[in-house]
Amino acid sequence: MKKTHLLAILVIGVAIAIIMSTAGDASTYVTFDQAHEMAAAGNTNSIHVVGELKKDARGQIIGLEKSPDNLSFSFVLLDEARREQTVFYNEPMPPDFTRSEKIVVIGGYQGDHFIANKILLKCPSKYQEQKLNAGV
Amino acid sequence: MLHYFIGNLGHFFVITSFVAGLAASFTYWRATLAGELHLQNQWLTNGRVAFVTHGVAVVGIIVTLFVIIYRHYFEYHYAYSHSSLHLPGQYMISCFWEGQEGSFLLWMFWHVVIGLVLIRNRQSWEAPVMTIFSLVQAFLASMILGVVIPGLDLKIGSSPFILLRDAMNDPIFALQPNFIPKDGNGLNPLLQNYWMVIHPPTLFLGFALTLVPFAFAIAGLWQRQYVEWIKPALPWTLLGGAVLGLGILMGGYWAYETLSFGGYWNWDPVENAVYVPWLVLIASHHTMLIYKNNKTALRLSFVLVLSVFILILYSTFLTRSGILGDASVHSFTDLGLSGQLLLYLLFFTVGAIILAVMRWKEVPFSEKEVGTYTGEFWIFLGAATLCLMGFQVLVPTSIPVYNKIVEIFGGRSNLAPPANQVEFYSKIQLWFAAVVALLSGTAQFFWWKKMDRAAIKQEIVSPLLITLILFALLLLTSRITNPSFMVLAIAGLYIVVSNAKVLYRTWKLNPKLSGGALAHIGLGLMLIGILYSAGYSKVVSLNNTGLLYNRDMGTEFNRDNLLLFVNEPRTMGGYDIEFLGERLEPVNKRGYVKRRDVEETMDPFKVIARRDIMFKSNKLYSAKDTFDIYPENTFYEIQLSREGKVVATLFPRVQQNPAMGGILPSPDIRRNLDRDLYTHVSAPMNREAEPEWSKVEELRVKPGEKFFVNDYVAILEKVQRITELPGVRLTDEDVAVKIIIQVQGEHDTFTLEPAFLIRNREEVGRVPDESGELGIKISLLNIYPDANEFLLGLQTRQKDWVIIKAMEKPLINILWLGTGLLMIGFSVAMVRRFRE
Repeated sequence: MKKTHLLAILVIGVAIAIIMSTAGDASTYVTFDQAHEMAAAGNTNSIHVVGELKKDARGQIIGLEKSPDNLSFSFVLLDEARREQTVFYNEPMPPDFTRSEKIVVIGGYQGDHFIANKILLKCPSKYQEQKLNAGV
Repeated sequence: MLHYFIGNLGHFFVITSFVAGLAASFTYWRATLAGELHLQNQWLTNGRVAFVTHGVAVVGIIVTLFVIIYRHYFEYHYAYSHSSLHLPGQYMISCFWEGQEGSFLLWMFWHVVIGLVLIRNRQSWEAPVMTIFSLVQAFLASMILGVVIPGLDLKIGSSPFILLRDAMNDPIFALQPNFIPKDGNGLNPLLQNYWMVIHPPTLFLGFALTLVPFAFAIAGLWQRQYVEWIKPALPWTLLGGAVLGLGILMGGYWAYETLSFGGYWNWDPVENAVYVPWLVLIASHHTMLIYKNNKTALRLSFVLVLSVFILILYSTFLTRSGILGDASVHSFTDLGLSGQLLLYLLFFTVGAIILAVMRWKEVPFSEKEVGTYTGEFWIFLGAATLCLMGFQVLVPTSIPVYNKIVEIFGGRSNLAPPANQVEFYSKIQLWFAAVVALLSGTAQFFWWKKMDRAAIKQEIVSPLLITLILFALLLLTSRITNPSFMVLAIAGLYIVVSNAKVLYRTWKLNPKLSGGALAHIGLGLMLIGILYSAGYSKVVSLNNTGLLYNRDMGTEFNRDNLLLFVNEPRTMGGYDIEFLGERLEPVNKRGYVKRRDVEETMDPFKVIARRDIMFKSNKLYSAKDTFDIYPENTFYEIQLSREGKVVATLFPRVQQNPAMGGILPSPDIRRNLDRDLYTHVSAPMNREAEPEWSKVEELRVKPGEKFFVNDYVAILEKVQRITELPGVRLTDEDVAVKIIIQVQGEHDTFTLEPAFLIRNREEVGRVPDESGELGIKISLLNIYPDANEFLLGLQTRQKDWVIIKAMEKPLINILWLGTGLLMIGFSVAMVRRFRE
């Protein structure tokens, strides 16, 4: 067998290993119920949950609580199955947090608490905004 | 008055550029196929005229759009969305690339410039290469065409020249069709940065340059000139590698300086989307070199060169189609161009694959076995590693695409990108980088000399020894314990040492040949710089107040953020750190102004000095001066000291632009030779929310009397009759007085001036004065002229605060130094190849 063939096989082998490891490390989008089941089954992988903040009839956000020193906060997130869950986040509240229309939390359950390691915010972008808001 | 003409002119240019691009492609295609020389020349002339027309139209679009932005024609959507009256002139250029349309324009512009250079230079390749160029241009022009095909209701492209009223459904346009907003939305504050003026043009020049080798490779396949295309394509590949690499690093540097995620690289899909083509571009450059030297790896060169441009198209599709959605923080929003972008991607991908498959058998293939003791073998391995390195990033970045494809076929896939991107990519990329460094360090020896087993042993012993000695020194000075970091450090040192040896040798021979060695040394330094600045980045703002965060969660978390009250020093990572208050930035002078030293006016961009304003013992303004500020920007003066001596004063910034939706913190960086100290605001105090004041405490004081308020010593200095009161019109009947109270703060003396007003002899008005830095508010409740006493109302609140995060980035300057060397290396090599 020629050396080039050996190399080609090696490259393909590494490529397959890469795909396998990606599949292994990839996270998933789940609901809180699924995440809870996963955690109960001993799966400690971080998962993504997409949801929005809980609001009352007048559009006020409910359940947002900052720690006394402002360094961490917790909030109530409604996932896509409308199940609510208090999420703890160990960082100061991002300034745009309350304006966001959609929130992705990345983290997992520790006991009954959902701890977020990272939060992604989808804020209303000015492209989608169909209202003039300056100089009117 | 709406300015219709300029928009129509711009749209005319857009259509011209599209049609001329198609025409140029067609005529160049005919020129390629024309057998007879005179016919070919006729078609060539036509092609040139069409391409130049196209170029003029592209420049026309840019000039018209710039005039619209520069003249503030807010009736146009582009000007309204991306600019404002107060936008400083130099950033008006950045408005172009805030929107997708402008960045397409930028890309087209560079293609035009490169196309014109190619037309001047390459007579024999002109026709087929320019066919590809013009076709790409037609595709790009279609993205900004903004034409609706009647009957089909199909919109092609998004024009930058649409009027605001056509872009937005605001009810005001039903009432007043000619309504023009007074001011625009403004430019995203993140883009108001000099790096954002030069980073996108550099990056897009890099994008544009990848088209050149692609076009040559396609032309080579098409015209069956399977080997001749390498020579003209090689220098362009080098130029592309240099410019694209520089563009990527500029982006990283901008992120480091402006964004506050704490570094220069975040493995965000948008970053990955340009990183992958760059790696493959570098790999393709190396296989082309192998071919030049040894006549092998020609087929691989074809595959890689074609892949680079296809990957660029793929990255364009990823970042602009909106498919990344939740996965990326900063991709463009969907303009409804996904279909067109997909067509653009598929057209060239499928076209290139079909052409390559058809001609595959004809491409010369060397049956020669590659010897282990040749440079080609090692370079080949390196190129393969680079491609795998790119592949490892490409696969997870494409997860959203994979989900979409599953969805199209009716399935459901809930795969998400790795939860911790930085860790996921770094841990594997690090090994690939180490392998690349070891391979390229070794390959250099073979490249310049024929080697056998004995010779290589002799050659490699001394660099290996020096590497190990340096590594031992490194271990002594900085305790590296992580085994993978050790491997990367050794590999980084090895590539530097071995290439230093090669550099010494080639320099003596001919300095013009030293490009490769320089670039590889640069790469080694970059690896070491990245290893330290990212791997050993240390949070120094660890919270040591002993407060438990949240009883529910225990204390297992690292407390990376620090709450600072104004003028209350804390200790942090060996520093004493103190927040000294909020600062504003004057437009026309260098320095910072204390917020309490100025009075706001009706115009948010103008303030009046309350007293003489000093900055670092320079007098900036005298009392009562009116001057311009940037109201969006607040700076937080943070002083770091060690053993009583001030080490650094940092001014991290927070930008607030409600129209752009948000609050954006940017770091301030204290640059030392061996490490950067990087500080950013994690959470500013919200001034809009009413601070909670304590209950009013009453106190009677005489002039000259000392009293305590919030534990500060205060003295009522004197009473003054006043004739003006901000916001109140005083008549002769009215009596207004203010008392002047001096409060001794930690560093400065503060003056508070509450006022008291009697209107029409009966109504009483009180104007309290407050200081957030002291946390006090004083009002003058009553005056007892007989006793010469004043009744004060004293209130207190939490003092002003800010939450910051601070990090140390060791040896980051090695990374920048390495970048510089890499670029010099590229330039030296390029000059040599262009001269050939």
